[in-house]
Amino acid sequence: MPTVLLALSLGDAAPPSRLVALSPVDVAIIALYFAMVLGIGFYLKRYTKTGDDFFLAGREMTAWVAGLSFLAANLGALELMGWAAAAYQYGILAAHWYWIGAIPAMLFLGIVMMPFYYISKTHSVPGYLKLRFGEPARALSAVTFGVMTVLMSGINMYSMALVMKVVLGWDIHFSIWVSSITVAIYVGLGGLLSAIFNEVLQFVLIWLGALLISIIGLVETGGWSGLVARIHANFPGGDYTHLWRTMGSFTGNPMGIHWTGIVLGLGWVISFGYWTTDFLVVQRVLAAKDLRSAKMAPIIGAGFKMMVPFIVILPGLLGLAVLHPKLVGEAQAVATGGHSYNEVLPLMLARYCGPGLLGLGITALIAGFMSGMAGNVSAFATVWTYDIYKALIRRDATDAHYVTMGRWCTILGVLVSIGTAYLVMQFLSIMDYVQALFSFFIAPLFGTVLLGMLWKRCSPAGGFWGLLAGTLSSIGMWAWVKLDPVALKYIALSPNARDMAENMYRALWSWIVCVVVTVAVSLMTRPKPVAELTGLVYGCTEVPGEAHLPLYQRPAFWAVIVAVAFVGLNVIFW
Amino acid sequence: MHRPGLISIWFFIGVLLLAYGVLIAGAGLYGLVSPPARPVVLGNLHAGIWWGGLLIALGAFYTVRFAPRRQK
Repeated sequence: MPTVLLALSLGDAAPPSRLVALSPVDVAIIALYFAMVLGIGFYLKRYTKTGDDFFLAGREMTAWVAGLSFLAANLGALELMGWAAAAYQYGILAAHWYWIGAIPAMLFLGIVMMPFYYISKTHSVPGYLKLRFGEPARALSAVTFGVMTVLMSGINMYSMALVMKVVLGWDIHFSIWVSSITVAIYVGLGGLLSAIFNEVLQFVLIWLGALLISIIGLVETGGWSGLVARIHANFPGGDYTHLWRTMGSFTGNPMGIHWTGIVLGLGWVISFGYWTTDFLVVQRVLAAKDLRSAKMAPIIGAGFKMMVPFIVILPGLLGLAVLHPKLVGEAQAVATGGHSYNEVLPLMLARYCGPGLLGLGITALIAGFMSGMAGNVSAFATVWTYDIYKALIRRDATDAHYVTMGRWCTILGVLVSIGTAYLVMQFLSIMDYVQALFSFFIAPLFGTVLLGMLWKRCSPAGGFWGLLAGTLSSIGMWAWVKLDPVALKYIALSPNARDMAENMYRALWSWIVCVVVTVAVSLMTRPKPVAELTGLVYGCTEVPGEAHLPLYQRPAFWAVIVAVAFVGLNVIFW
Repeated sequence: MHRPGLISIWFFIGVLLLAYGVLIAGAGLYGLVSPPARPVVLGNLHAGIWWGGLLIALGAFYTVRFAPRRQK
């Protein structure tokens, strides 16, 4: 789930001192990492000559590489730090964003939607909308995606630089420029191929850098039962270790959310919208070498996503059990000089990791940031080049011209991101607005793509007007609550709902508006002829069967395995 | 990836993990000989040594298994 839904803000006043100090061996580990990612970029430049090479990594990725890259593009540093902080604040409820907020959607992408994305040979999600609904739907989707992607990249860049300042005492400008120039070089040189290579590398480093915290933490607390006992002792009366038991009412849990918001808003609309239509992640799967790999990649990603709470949520829970004095909110931390929730992950890192291991942990955070940023700029370069520049500005250029445009776009995307980072530095409130803007487009786009893939009667006019109506309704609901906070009880069904709950319900309503308008307009307008829907829509597309494959090679088999594990985890931590 | 001559990503990962393993295990061994003034919690477990050892083992495996010459 994107970090945009999490209100991670470190504030503009940094604590007086850094949290950890690096030894020479830690610095060497970080330097080696930068050398490796740049080296990979220079090495791969010779393999990215055509548009397919640069924008789709030649469509040659194995299921494992595409699946890990699919997940790593989402596993940014703010994701790690933000959700560890959320786990300290809300307990295990934060794991919903990894389990019900991701797994069903990823399996649905692999089994149901991937055949249409892959068989249509589209370069992007807006490209699919062009094939299915025509140019207006593509233009609307491409422009909003392009703008939001670079803005979000800039916000993440600023937040990460702030993290480095707080944790390591690094100069904020140094962090912004060094990390973004590195990403610009390796993505600009090797395109998506380089981004994917580095994302797999970064994925491994994130796990190896963060897993040790959970292992040593569980040793300290005496296992899971010891952890629960310590949390109960530290926070009597609070329930931080059950996923569903406290969700019967808005006031029964620290998130202020009802189970319907989690299941329908997060588990259905937001999760499915993000994981199945956000081109940032879908692009990685489109790079798979064949349809079976493209279907397996999200399933492999889902398997690993299910385990991410063990390196993100568990450290937050361990913080509840072992950190004294207790962590507080950001404003209180700034006022009292204490530590805030947002610092729980680096605090746990400093607690258990000596020289060398600390460098590996910090490298994991840097790797997380760079994989997220590379995901943003590579997706931006593709959408700009294919769905805006080629579609609206210059249709008949050579393939080499578009590759050159993609390289320049990567640099341009990074520069705009840097500009956004500096803008946010001056006007912090921008962060709230842009994060809200990003969430406006996820839910309606899911409605449009879903109906487009599964309902052949859905017309081009229906697709466009549904997408537009859903987006405008989302913006309207957000503005309504901003202008009149009483409106929250209508949007989120309760005056006690918090920001996250409002996000969930706003997404649900905007999705419903999109679907209703799409259906109504489609029934009143002429659909595309069935012959033009081949490869795009269920019922008009012949999806290659898998009956000839042994059971262990079938994506559906592994999807069932992951689904059973997903249900098991929810029951265990009920 | 099936492109002729392209080195596998797992080889790059192996090389980096091997280097990290040597550095981390080395730092852990140094800490064993010369204990730090402010040890970390559960420093007696010497996590650096066994985690570094794990990285060396993983790194060596991937470096050898996906070495460019073997891939050809």
